[in-house]
Amino acid sequence: MQTDILTVGLVSLLAGAIRMSIPILLPALGEIFTQRSGILNLGLEGIMLMGALAGFGGTFFTQNLWFGLLAAVITGITFSLIMGFLSITVKANQVIAGTALTILGTGLSTFLFREMFGIQKLPPQIESFAPLQIPFLSDIPFLGPVLFNHNIMVYLTLLLVVCSAFVLEKTPFGLQVRAVGENPRAADSKGINVTLVRYLCVMIGGAFAGLGGAFLSIGFMNTFLDGMVAGRGFIAVAVVIFARWNPYRALGAALLFGGASALQMRLQAIGVPIPHQFLLALPYVLTILVLLSVSKKAEFPAAYTLPYSRSER
Amino acid sequence: MDLAVEMREITKVFKKVAANDKVNFNLKKGSIHGLLGENGAGKTTLMNCLYGLYQPESGKIFINGKNVRIDSPQKAMSLGVGMVHQHFMLVRPMTVVENIMLGLSSKRGPFLDTDRVERELLALSKRFNLNLEPKAKIWQLSVGEQQRVEILSALYRGAEILILDEPTAVLTPNEAQELFGILRMMRNDGKSVILISHKLEEILAIVDEVTVLRDGRLVGQAQVTAETTKRDLTSMMVGRDVLFNFKHETLKTGATKLMVNHLGARNDKGLPALKEVSFSISAGEILGFAGVDGNGQKELCEVLTGLRPTTSGEICLNGKELNRSSPKTFINEGIAHIPEDRHKTGLAMNMGIARNLILKNFSQSGFSSRGLLNFRAIKKNAERLMEEYAIKANGVHTKVKDLSGGNQQKVILARELSSKPEIIIANQPTRGLDIGATEYVRQKLLEESAKGAGVLLISADLEEILQLSDRIAVLYDGQIMGILGRNASVEEIGLLMAGVRTEEVEVC
Ligand SMILES: Nc1ncnc2c1ncn2[C@@H]1O[C@H](COP(=O)(O)OP(=O)(O)OP(=O)(O)O)[C@@H](O)[C@H]1O
Ligand SMILES: [Mg+2]
Repeated sequence: MQTDILTVGLVSLLAGAIRMSIPILLPALGEIFTQRSGILNLGLEGIMLMGALAGFGGTFFTQNLWFGLLAAVITGITFSLIMGFLSITVKANQVIAGTALTILGTGLSTFLFREMFGIQKLPPQIESFAPLQIPFLSDIPFLGPVLFNHNIMVYLTLLLVVCSAFVLEKTPFGLQVRAVGENPRAADSKGINVTLVRYLCVMIGGAFAGLGGAFLSIGFMNTFLDGMVAGRGFIAVAVVIFARWNPYRALGAALLFGGASALQMRLQAIGVPIPHQFLLALPYVLTILVLLSVSKKAEFPAAYTLPYSRSER
Repeated sequence: MDLAVEMREITKVFKKVAANDKVNFNLKKGSIHGLLGENGAGKTTLMNCLYGLYQPESGKIFINGKNVRIDSPQKAMSLGVGMVHQHFMLVRPMTVVENIMLGLSSKRGPFLDTDRVERELLALSKRFNLNLEPKAKIWQLSVGEQQRVEILSALYRGAEILILDEPTAVLTPNEAQELFGILRMMRNDGKSVILISHKLEEILAIVDEVTVLRDGRLVGQAQVTAETTKRDLTSMMVGRDVLFNFKHETLKTGATKLMVNHLGARNDKGLPALKEVSFSISAGEILGFAGVDGNGQKELCEVLTGLRPTTSGEICLNGKELNRSSPKTFINEGIAHIPEDRHKTGLAMNMGIARNLILKNFSQSGFSSRGLLNFRAIKKNAERLMEEYAIKANGVHTKVKDLSGGNQQKVILARELSSKPEIIIANQPTRGLDIGATEYVRQKLLEESAKGAGVLLISADLEEILQLSDRIAVLYDGQIMGILGRNASVEEIGLLMAGVRTEEVEVC
């Protein structure tokens, strides 16, 4: 009996780790493109909140989850264009631009939510993505419920990991992204449109972050809550650096953080005698430790956070 | 003969200063054309206009007789113009083939076509004797090989007109000869080459025609024949005769200034870069260090200026031990450093000239008091040094990154030599300088040594070493292969540079 309870607990923990890793992994994948092109987008948090709201709003008004996702992607891209304009066109300081974007997204998402739905006792709800039990595979003992009993967004995200890695390593576009982040002048002199590539990468980052936000509101929960992203945008940035700009390593890192979140929730639920504030802080403490350990060794793209202008030398 | 390129009345203005002022330039098809001029004359600017990196304010460009507007490098390449820049335009963590595929459309649609490009590169590399391995990463290649990657890249894109901006400044004499072989092969193939260089022997050896710029204006264009001499070219460039042979006084050296014993150090990768290096420099002596780049020169300079820790041995200046001292101690003890890489270690590129000139002594001699800078003194100092060292710029606060390569080097020289040094560590001090400036630097080094400073001179230019040095040490694989007298022959030095130790080497 004892072992049964343990197995059930372990299955729930591992499945939870996977689920909780998605809203970190999605924005991290996009941010890999953004950072590889030389831009640090610290506005992920704000973009994700806007994406969460758009995903919820889109679903609520159309009663179609896919339209919700579409709304989140469009909102994410639109919002990221602010970052693109500030950092690429105006050549503003990227840390400041990103921070501003996060503040804007936090405030704007709350404001718009109240505008649209008013202040109600019970938050409006939608029917969120339901788990998709993959036939046969989900019947495998232990592995089945851990790996093959998730909603469609989880599977799509895992597919996106493979796609991102492929695009970055095996396509001309990926080559251009890496070149622009390492040596924009060289890329320019080889006829690559540095501005365009960087804008595209920021937009990819925005689309993925929008999806990540939407996962929270329509894939994990079924409503929008103020500040529901809760720092995952920043954790995603840490994951990108920890993963040294590689999608597969980002998957591993996101699972680590997802695991920390899932563990923390379950510890609270069991009622371990630790103040829940400490448990809540677990993923964030982990972030700091991880950054301390790797940031010295990580080889950042050589043109990281540096704006490019052809006539300057 | 047809013209491959005709540039008419090109004017390019930076911050109200004309870098090119109504310049005409004609390149004949199937010829090698030298572009000459002092530092800051506007050579690079003119070529950047041809390559689409800069847009001229006015003027017309004709390629193969057709009037064209070149608004991007992409456009230039589609017109058959390729360029190898003064600073290489390569992405270091990528492979050769990846660098060359950059910006090209792939024949396999959305996927990279690495295998096919690799095969084509191998064939092309063989045809022009470039000797490159497509799978190698750029950072693993020597400077000469990196340059060949750039040439290969231009050829692969179908360049008919190749611009080379000071290609030999970073090459060893052997590599330069190889390069010229490649260029001749290209000329036989009907391609046209524009060659920017400050080395007149090279120009005379390989070029069919020259165009000379001075202060952004065209001075003239001339055929180069067997009768043309260096003197002809220099008087066109500088407007006066330049000394080519210095009279180096026979040495009357004083007491030993710098003593280095059994020195060892590691390179950036943690491997031994200096092994048991011992030598001494006396007052008034110039000790030349010959050797192929990358045999410990950089590490030696850094150790002797306190920038790199030693793993063994000792450094004594005027009898005082300096091991494990901070760079500041080395500066205060009077060790001046002219580093090899002026962008990374020599200058603060985003600061003005005046401030760069006081980087080392801002806390002394009236430049600051009670923690505040004395701007008047700083400006005065800058004005004096800019005049003395003929630094060409808009004003004392011009950002160093806006200066031409030669003028940047002069800023470093002015700062280092004006501090009345005991020992001068000069690593490639004339690289990229025009002949006037080169003459000037060499004379300065001789002057300082005559005043009693000891000089450690590292140069890839054997002629420079032979001309200036009292003794010549040869570095190979982090060791001193031998120290020769000033009458050593080029052959002798060459053997040691290749790591061949001959028995009868006299060690003095
Ligand atoms: N991007 C720029 N911004 C401002 N000034 C510039 C810029 N590029 C060149 N200049 C100025 O234009 C002039 C010509 O520079 P250029 O680099 O063409 O000289 P150069 O003949 O190639 O010299 P060198 O032999 O030292 O390389 C210099 O005075 C330089 O300061
Ligand atoms: Mg130049």
